[in-house]
Amino acid sequence: MSVDEIKIGGMGASRRRVEDNRFIRGKGKYVDDVVLPGMLHMEILRADVAHARIKSIDTSAAWEVPGVRLVLTGEMMAARNLAWMPTLSYDTQAVLATDKVRFQGQEVAAVIADDPYIAKDACAKIVVEYEALPVIVNPDQAQSPDAPLIRDDKENQPTNKIFDWEIGDKSGTDKAFEEADVISTIDLHYPRSHPSPLEPCGSIADYDRSTGKLTVYMTTQAPHIIRAAVAMVAELPEHQIRIISPDLGGGFGNKVPVYPGYVISILASILTERPVKWIEDKTGNLISTGFGRDVYLQGQMALRKDGKILGMRMHTISDHGAFYADAQPTKFKIGLMHSTFACYDVPAAHLTSTGYYTNKAPGGVAYRCSFRVTEAMFFQERMMHAAANDLGMDQAEFRRVNLVKDDMFPYRTAFGFLTDSGQYDKCMQVGMEAIGYDTFKEEQEEARKRGRLLGLGISTMTEPLGAGNSREYDILGIKMFDSAELRVHMTGKAILRTGAKTQGQGHETTWAQIVAHELGIPADDIVVEEGDTDTAPFGMGTYASRSTPVAGAAVAMAARKVRAKARKIAAHLLEVSEEDIEWELGRFYVRGNHDRGVTIQDCALAAYSNMPDGMEPGLENVSYYDPPNLTWPFAAYFCKVEVDPATGVWDVLKFVAVDDCGVRINPMIVEGQVMGGLTEAYAMANMQYITFDESGNCIGSNYMDYLLPTAWETPGFELHEVVTPCPHHPIGAKGIGECATVAGPAAFVNAVMNAIEHTGVRNVDMPLQPNRVFEALQTGQDVSGMPPVKVE
Amino acid sequence: MYPSRFAYEAPTSLAEAIAILDRSGGEAKILAGGQSLVPMLKLRFAAPGTLVDINNIPGLGEHWLDKDGTLHIGALVRHEDLEYSTVIADSHPTLAAAAELVADPIVRTRGTFVGSVCHADPQGDWAATMVASGGQIIAQGPNGRRAIDVREFVLGPFTNALAYNEIAVEAVIPPATGTAKGGYLKLERRVGDFATASVAVNLDMHGDTVHRAGCALAGVGGRTIDANDAINGALKGKTLTPENIEAAADAVAAMAEPRSDHRGSADYKRHIVKTFVSRILSNIAHSEQKAA
Ligand SMILES: Cc1cc2nc3c(=O)[nH]c(=O)nc-3n(C[C@H](O)[C@H](O)[C@H](O)COP(=O)(O)OP(=O)(O)OC[C@H]3O[C@@H](n4cnc5c(N)ncnc54)[C@H](O)[C@@H]3O)c2cc1C
Repeated sequence: MSVDEIKIGGMGASRRRVEDNRFIRGKGKYVDDVVLPGMLHMEILRADVAHARIKSIDTSAAWEVPGVRLVLTGEMMAARNLAWMPTLSYDTQAVLATDKVRFQGQEVAAVIADDPYIAKDACAKIVVEYEALPVIVNPDQAQSPDAPLIRDDKENQPTNKIFDWEIGDKSGTDKAFEEADVISTIDLHYPRSHPSPLEPCGSIADYDRSTGKLTVYMTTQAPHIIRAAVAMVAELPEHQIRIISPDLGGGFGNKVPVYPGYVISILASILTERPVKWIEDKTGNLISTGFGRDVYLQGQMALRKDGKILGMRMHTISDHGAFYADAQPTKFKIGLMHSTFACYDVPAAHLTSTGYYTNKAPGGVAYRCSFRVTEAMFFQERMMHAAANDLGMDQAEFRRVNLVKDDMFPYRTAFGFLTDSGQYDKCMQVGMEAIGYDTFKEEQEEARKRGRLLGLGISTMTEPLGAGNSREYDILGIKMFDSAELRVHMTGKAILRTGAKTQGQGHETTWAQIVAHELGIPADDIVVEEGDTDTAPFGMGTYASRSTPVAGAAVAMAARKVRAKARKIAAHLLEVSEEDIEWELGRFYVRGNHDRGVTIQDCALAAYSNMPDGMEPGLENVSYYDPPNLTWPFAAYFCKVEVDPATGVWDVLKFVAVDDCGVRINPMIVEGQVMGGLTEAYAMANMQYITFDESGNCIGSNYMDYLLPTAWETPGFELHEVVTPCPHHPIGAKGIGECATVAGPAAFVNAVMNAIEHTGVRNVDMPLQPNRVFEALQTGQDVSGMPPVKVE
Repeated sequence: MYPSRFAYEAPTSLAEAIAILDRSGGEAKILAGGQSLVPMLKLRFAAPGTLVDINNIPGLGEHWLDKDGTLHIGALVRHEDLEYSTVIADSHPTLAAAAELVADPIVRTRGTFVGSVCHADPQGDWAATMVASGGQIIAQGPNGRRAIDVREFVLGPFTNALAYNEIAVEAVIPPATGTAKGGYLKLERRVGDFATASVAVNLDMHGDTVHRAGCALAGVGGRTIDANDAINGALKGKTLTPENIEAAADAVAAMAEPRSDHRGSADYKRHIVKTFVSRILSNIAHSEQKAA
């Protein structure tokens, strides 16, 4: 008589996404849909040059435009101690420039007016006089002895270097290299990309002087962190700040940081005592908000003749733009780069990292990735590819020799992570079978005889998803746990709130499935709410694939605590002692008498109408969950391509993705996440980058230059699954939101390289545009993607 | 999007539209499909005082072949109309080949052929097909109609030969005297991308001999590149042998004026032009052989 879990939309049900009801009808409610009485509109004037001293800003003509209410400059912000704000990496960032502009697109002034047309008209009337300074667009230029100092605003910042950082075992690694038969090297650039959510960033600040309350509607993936940040920056009491993050049109990491526009709109509302709306345009989003990647990856690998990896060295040189604003756990200067090689048995490893300022937009956000894990895994799989070639060993065989075996878990990686579960070799086998691995080499040879270039690339990885635990992970000192609050109403319906914030992941659907799984309440009877700091429990938000590993676990724990209370109520209703009560999905019954039972709905009613003596009424719980470890999903991707030797154009012939993300709450949503991630991976590998010319002009400031793939050119993906439950997660789930973006790019690149490396080329930097592939084919030389690009 | 302030007019006849343009003294702009003009308004690269929306003017939405095979394309014929056209495949294969490569399917539902030629984007696909095919634009103004050879119409980047009070009402493309053959190849980074390099080739074949050859290039210069003489010089009166194809491809590639940028070096783009010319011609030669 237990309820049928799939029928009630529980775990494992490919339940349709409930949020899609409004999204596909165009009824989503985004920040820009919010209209408040008396609302003003703000437009930001951005620098059109990349590095220049500000000699003067004349706003008088802007003030004259009818309908203009306020014009703000850096000087006016400075008078209120708001010209600079802290970043998520303990640096400072200009809110409105006072002394210099340091990248093209930097915020210089803001106009607040009756409507957005007027604000824009008036912005065009502000006259800024600049004195040009030399421009730096890559780390090579940044470290040159005669480089101009970008951050002359800071004390103790004599050069453009931000940090030197290292982790791992240097002497052990040196020793491994001494013992190596073969040493393989690789030198890569992971280009600057941009998460470019379809909805740009924006906010509506509404300060009410009579109550002292500041309400801000904001495009943020982490409303509670923003509340804390606003409390610190604007020096307002935290209980008087309410951040509401309504429907988000995508985030992908772009909506984690605090942006100048948010801060300016808040001050503007305080000054005008009117709500102030700021909605960034797409160019503003692309040129000024958090980018991803932009890091040079250099590696060396020590190998034994038989293919065993003995050790690994990695050096990263990262380009952070003008302000060090990476969103990442505090302890780690270059995110979780040291998760590289976590799926391989590598005895010794050492990572060194150097970060630089350049005249480019700040960011370094985790674009659909758990803090630089994308770069770490791209490096890993490009390194593996090169090493297998240098050994003259088969790509799959080389990986299988070195992958951590099933019986080695829990496995401590050379950099100290603890991976806990997986069936790596099984995933390899599933993928090899599906792509037709065994016959490929023959096929490739046959094709080459007829002048056709085929290639096959592999990418495998495990990645650390779901930060915390709180011992190791914090952002600005706030520990990385998460929370859920479940309230079951009298009629057995429920509301669930969490500290996460969905942006397309489908929390409204899957959280209800977890509750359904734990309580047997139909998922349709549970409403999920997130994003309002006045109502949701405190949480760190959604990014880095952390929602299911952390908030999702909190949901399960809250439901279990509710069930524990319901059990007491059931005992009372059934007039037996609690020990005699058994649970099956949706129902308690008396041990030995299956017919005598009460449903969870009966217990809910009793919690408000017939509770046992001495019991607190109500049926609800707030749970905070601090995970014991990260979760470690595994991916094995296989890609087959054909390259046109006359043009360098390449097509994907087949792509096989095997993902093991543990228990799948909603298989359809998991597949959607993988499909979307692979599409983004394909874009990065094939067409997408934000680059700069030598004057620091951003090339990629609009969607004609920064390319988002469409359904037309995106190849089909064949998906497979292997399930190894996470041993420590309450429902055995692992993160999946980012696996495909992280593991995907190397599969495409390795495939193209495999098709052309007979010319002697070892590397072509992403994106593998036809011209780059063609150049490699012609010259047999590596093709570097380091800016500046030459634009005649 | 927040463009500069403008007035909006939506006349229902050509005469009315021309009168508005005439009165505006050059401050007005015609709005056809809006797929180039609206982005320019958004970026405030264009700030016309008045938009004259011609979409309500009847009689401009048709394309047809007249008795001698001349193709007429009205000012409101959308890219998509040509993509799904049942009349141009045999008579005007160059246009037919380009139709599905212009922009993306969404843009193709709104953008107009004539608007694209008027816009004179050096990367525009239609202007290249027009130049290769010897087309004309029919302009109508207060003093009536005139026909302008497309090579005198597309003057430079984003400049055409229309007077401020003229409307391009139609494009006219002549038929082949023998069999029409042609092709269009475009290197794009993504569907909906403008051309990194593209090639339009149009042949008038008498048997297996080339009676007239036409060619134009997009994306590889500051304007649509007219390579008619280059290809005609190499192929007129000849058959499509591998040697002749090679010579034609070289001659056309020499006409390109590409610049290096993030899409590729000048050399690469020139190489693509050459590759595309020989691919189109080889395909035609190959299909001729099959037909024979
Ligand atoms: C995302 C995107 C991708 C695109 N990709 C491509 C591509 O790959 N290749 C390509 O060729 N084009 C591309 N385009 C441009 C598209 O083809 C436009 O439709 C075309 O360039 C202009 O046609 P329109 O009808 O939209 O003209 P509009 O935008 O309405 O007008 C363009 C200009 O022509 C003038 N004009 C229009 N009609 C007339 C007329 N009858 N008489 C006089 N003047 C007139 C207007 O005043 C304006 O100056 C793309 C556009 C977009 C938005």
